[in-house]
Amino acid sequence: MIVAERKPIKEIISMINGLRKILVLGCKGCVTVCSAGGEREVEILATIIRMDRKKKGEPVEVMERTLVRQCDPEYLDLLSDSIGQFDAVLSMACGVGVNFLADRYPKTVALPALNTKFYGVAEEQGVWSERCAGCGDCILNLTGGLCPVARCSKGLFNGPCGGSVNGKCEISPDIPCVWQLIYDRLKGLNQLDKLDEVLPVKDWGVSPHGGPRKIVREDLKI
Amino acid sequence: MSGTFKPDVTAFCCRYAVYNFAEDPGGLAEAGFPEGVKVEQVSCSGRVDVVRLLKALEAGADGVYVVGCEEEKCHNVAGSQRAKKRAEYIKDVLLQLGMEPERIEMFFMSRGDEARFIEMAREMIGKVKALGPSPLRGK
Repeated sequence: MIVAERKPIKEIISMINGLRKILVLGCKGCVTVCSAGGEREVEILATIIRMDRKKKGEPVEVMERTLVRQCDPEYLDLLSDSIGQFDAVLSMACGVGVNFLADRYPKTVALPALNTKFYGVAEEQGVWSERCAGCGDCILNLTGGLCPVARCSKGLFNGPCGGSVNGKCEISPDIPCVWQLIYDRLKGLNQLDKLDEVLPVKDWGVSPHGGPRKIVREDLKI
Repeated sequence: MSGTFKPDVTAFCCRYAVYNFAEDPGGLAEAGFPEGVKVEQVSCSGRVDVVRLLKALEAGADGVYVVGCEEEKCHNVAGSQRAKKRAEYIKDVLLQLGMEPERIEMFFMSRGDEARFIEMAREMIGKVKALGPSPLRGK
């Protein structure tokens, strides 16, 4: 899932300073699962905003709504009749949702309430960590299913650097060295021979470095 | 301020912990339970979510507290530990809003310990009196 977390309250409050009518817009997708921007978080943030304005004696009308997703047009289009009444929409979706909101409603002020962090997993309740960097050219078949792009601090492709100590990364003892994990896993699978293959220079042109990416599926287009 | 200020405090209390006395407000008052504390019984302190606590503060409560079972002996295993984390979360929210974090507290008690229950209420009323009215009160 896309993992995000709410921005500091002070930052959000500063963003909406002076606005009188605000829609706090949640998303039932990834950000609900990672407890950052679902229905519950919308209610919490809307309440916090009302408390802030009450304290300051500044009026505000805060509406709450949560869409199934903010990254699909059919759900964002549900706002078309009402969105014009708001001074701003404070989106609790990931950055994708905020972008799409801005794309579809040119006259609406679209503000982000979250910081979008990474593609990751829930390790346990309340703990998420990165697993994929969306590099556009997956090589997990060669690395035992573990990604050196997302999980090696240096993004190394052919084994660990000299900073791998006791299975941990040199940047933090809390970060496992993914190349140690890859080695251990391939050993367990009797596939250590895969490490004999030298990975070629990666084509970063299909990663974000190559500019905004797009997929067109003619078989699905209407 | 403290001379005329009558605190308005909401207490969310685990029904299991206060089972033997909370249904008798008259008896509680007689035993020394202070004025100004509105007791809301809940099935477990872990059932009191962040929104409920925030809404009580938004409504103008000068202070809010949660009473749960002793941390390691919660009737529902981890309910009071969850409640404690939520209270801590709200303390941080209050700080970021420029309000006093002491306006929310978490307390733990043994099941049926009426004296401790009264002591906690008095402690909270004392704290709130020192803080003065909530800046959200009456707005």
